[in-house]
Amino acid sequence: MRYLPLTPDDRSAMLAKIGARDIDALFRDVPKEAVVSRGVFDLPDTQGELQVERALSRMAARTTAAGAGPFFCGAGAYKHHVPAAVDHLIQRSEFLTSYTPYQPEIAQGTLQYLFEFQTQVALLTGMEVANASLYDGSTATAEAVLMAQRLTKRPKAILSGGLHPHYAETVETIATLSGEVVRTPVTPGQAEDIAALIDERTACVVVQSPDVFGLIRNLKPIADAAHAKGALLIAVVTEIVSLGLLESPGAQGADIVAAEGQSIGNGLNFGGPYVGLFATREKFLRQMPGRLCGETTDAAGKRGYVLTLSTREQHIRREKATSNICTNSGLCCLAFTIHLSLLGEEGLARLARTNHARASALADRLAKVKGVSLITPSFFNEFTLKLPKPAASVVDALVEKGVIAGVPASRLMPHESSARDLLIVAATETNTDEDCDVFVKALAEAMS
Amino acid sequence: MTMNNQGRPTAPGTIADNELATISGDRGLDHEEGLIFELGRAGMTGVDIPDVQMSDTRLGGLRRRGPVGLPGLSEPEVIRHYVRLSRMNYAIDAGLYPLGSCTMKHNPRLNEKMARLPGFGDAHPLAPQRTVQGALEVISELMRWLTVLTGMPTVAMSPKAGAHGELCGLLTIRAALEARGEKRPRVLVPSSAHGTNPATAAVAGFAVDEVPATADGHVDADALEAKLGPDVAAIMLTNPNTCGLFEPRIKEMADAVHRCGAYFYCDGANFNAIAGRVRPGDLGVDAMHINLHKTFSTPHGGGGPGAGPVVLSAALAPFAPLPLLVRDSSGFRLIEHRDEAPAGAKPFGRMCAFHGQMGMFSRALTYMLSHGADGIRQASEDAVLSANYILASLKDVMSAPFGEGPCMHEALFDDTFLEGTGVTTLDFAKAMIDEGYHPMTMYFPLVVHGAMLIEPTESESKESLDRFIHVLREMALEARAGKTARFEGAPRLAPRRRHDETAAARKPVLRWKPKELPQAAE
Repeated sequence: MRYLPLTPDDRSAMLAKIGARDIDALFRDVPKEAVVSRGVFDLPDTQGELQVERALSRMAARTTAAGAGPFFCGAGAYKHHVPAAVDHLIQRSEFLTSYTPYQPEIAQGTLQYLFEFQTQVALLTGMEVANASLYDGSTATAEAVLMAQRLTKRPKAILSGGLHPHYAETVETIATLSGEVVRTPVTPGQAEDIAALIDERTACVVVQSPDVFGLIRNLKPIADAAHAKGALLIAVVTEIVSLGLLESPGAQGADIVAAEGQSIGNGLNFGGPYVGLFATREKFLRQMPGRLCGETTDAAGKRGYVLTLSTREQHIRREKATSNICTNSGLCCLAFTIHLSLLGEEGLARLARTNHARASALADRLAKVKGVSLITPSFFNEFTLKLPKPAASVVDALVEKGVIAGVPASRLMPHESSARDLLIVAATETNTDEDCDVFVKALAEAMS
Repeated sequence: MTMNNQGRPTAPGTIADNELATISGDRGLDHEEGLIFELGRAGMTGVDIPDVQMSDTRLGGLRRRGPVGLPGLSEPEVIRHYVRLSRMNYAIDAGLYPLGSCTMKHNPRLNEKMARLPGFGDAHPLAPQRTVQGALEVISELMRWLTVLTGMPTVAMSPKAGAHGELCGLLTIRAALEARGEKRPRVLVPSSAHGTNPATAAVAGFAVDEVPATADGHVDADALEAKLGPDVAAIMLTNPNTCGLFEPRIKEMADAVHRCGAYFYCDGANFNAIAGRVRPGDLGVDAMHINLHKTFSTPHGGGGPGAGPVVLSAALAPFAPLPLLVRDSSGFRLIEHRDEAPAGAKPFGRMCAFHGQMGMFSRALTYMLSHGADGIRQASEDAVLSANYILASLKDVMSAPFGEGPCMHEALFDDTFLEGTGVTTLDFAKAMIDEGYHPMTMYFPLVVHGAMLIEPTESESKESLDRFIHVLREMALEARAGKTARFEGAPRLAPRRRHDETAAARKPVLRWKPKELPQAAE
């Protein structure tokens, strides 16, 4: 086995040094009935690189990659171009094969990029502080709700109907243990009146913008209404590139921002690993979950970085910790931070403008197809169409024409009758004019 | 100095060069590197994107009014920045990484290549299911390997890391109890457990009750039995445990737990010691997370991403979270909503958006196919053999609290051998950095004083282990002989000396700010 350096002679010599007769002697504490013999597993034996590569490539070929043709799915995961430099850099051994930077003297590389990442996230979201990332946007949202429950000592979280249903379900799984979760009705293409639901028991309102249908929400009035009742506003962003063009949640009064960072630096990866962004106000710092990197100096007076405020964390506080989280999305936040460094202020703004312009042009063309209407008056790079028949069947029909048309809203909310005919369409810088032509033509054919 | 006839030196000088103060502040291959925000200039970008005309009419009046505040750099500047940063990191690829409990094994590059195949890396989680059959097949295949290796009927794939898997396991247990009409508030957690265990139990809404350890490093099975009762939901037990020992009374404990109607959660962090040799299902385990980044070699990546699938017993299987993966005549299909679940399935909910850490699944499956069942067993045996070799080679100069062994995949020492030397576990570990090694896990587990937990993994050659043993022996002998100079303030030869962590926590500076603004404070 090519990954195992010990030879049979090495093993014998080592057993002799240990004073063990054979390897079984080292497993003597294992109950006899629990030891399985070789060959009991119905699994193949060792294979060479070539054979393994063949097996995996065969499976990969049975999936249509997003880059293989006209592709318009979004709804929480977005196809963007990632510069070649990103993937090269994250595969450097020193980043790829290092552990959590618990020994700062020999982990300044990881620690400094985490510090830079935290700064970038704070700047993008318009917040004062950010952590070193959580698993993904959905779990970051759930952690934000728990944090709001701790901060306000109130039980109730009100989730906007425009919050991605997967996010809402993730929040329900965990936040109902410590409180209660209320979901407002789904109002595709419109903002619901969430302010009216806020009361003295409300810990937080959770609002996504752009929402799951792509609609841009004005957070300021919701923040004001929440603050008037002593509740917090959690703003959720699933398409982080939007913040290159739109006012930040921080500038609109959000208290916590939970976001998915996949769009910058990270591939689609069939849903993970992604990178959860988490930012808040400085006054809430001690209740923030997840790893934090801070600046300090070393014994020689040089600037350096360390993991800090770990007295919030599970390895110190155990059952009294702010969260059970023990990891961040290390390599994914490295990819995020490198891509954002490459973009810079100018590149991010251009990328965002390109996305909006492309989506806008596509929306106009699709809305001209007979029977099709655009229901999202505002949007960034994703919008929702109302079709004259169930969207799932239209998506299916378009697969036959080589177009992956988007996400039928019914896949996310099968019980929502108003969603049955809705198609959520995303367009990014990766979609060519030809892609859009093919999509418009195919949709027109499917509608006729 | 020897010169050639042009006056060019042909042999090195003899000055004590490492005391040289350089003009640049850099030292040969070691570069100091500023923050990215201190580099670059306005208007520059490392990505060429043509600008476009667009109108504001569809932005809901919410167009950004001010700049984000990002610096502008070209591609070569960005690459240099991150390459320089990377060179300040220790890595498995560069040296032995003996972090106990973390399983820093070799990360095969084939895994990386396979994860980047467009059919996996460029697959959208909500693409029509018939267009992503290959990606679903990877999940299905990995499920097969995990269930066969553990002897368990099913596995929940969506948890995103070990601690997330623990939470998934406890929520499954909570759902199973609720289905029985029972509310059991207490979870038993041994004192030697990882911190995530009690933290997870608390997040899952349980009260934590600690089970003590015996003097020989095992969970006190008698104390455990005494604590069992109708209010106990589960026990969370790590096996092999965090002292690097297999729990010999594990079956007995599992039986007692089941007799009282509770469930047995096993922390699978240390599965690398037994994979291919012992099936947790045969030990009476009801739920166990598997850290794919430990046992199955997906990269640790400086702290993530992880992946923590949870294998489940027949008693818990019906309550596994969404999504579920089924196979029927039309191929693989994801069940994403409760009412689409097959008969008998009662999923407790959803752990996260989408279907788990696919990028880690393709890497782990690549590792499994490369090793095969025989190679996985050999890897476990080599990991255990290497740890015992270290224990046997160091126990006369360092102190092993639980005697002669054998241990499993990690060797535990305490600080008794440093008594009276003035050298602490921290000093000893930091001095290893100057010797070119990453320190072992320190001060964990909490049940021994000044713990040093060494996990060599199966990835080291005997020569590498011998060299490591030699260095640690010499260090231990020096410390005990009162030659403590190398330990004082160590490390000296790393990119940084020890940091002021107290100052970092007292007055946190968590982000860069432009010079004219005051730094972040309380």
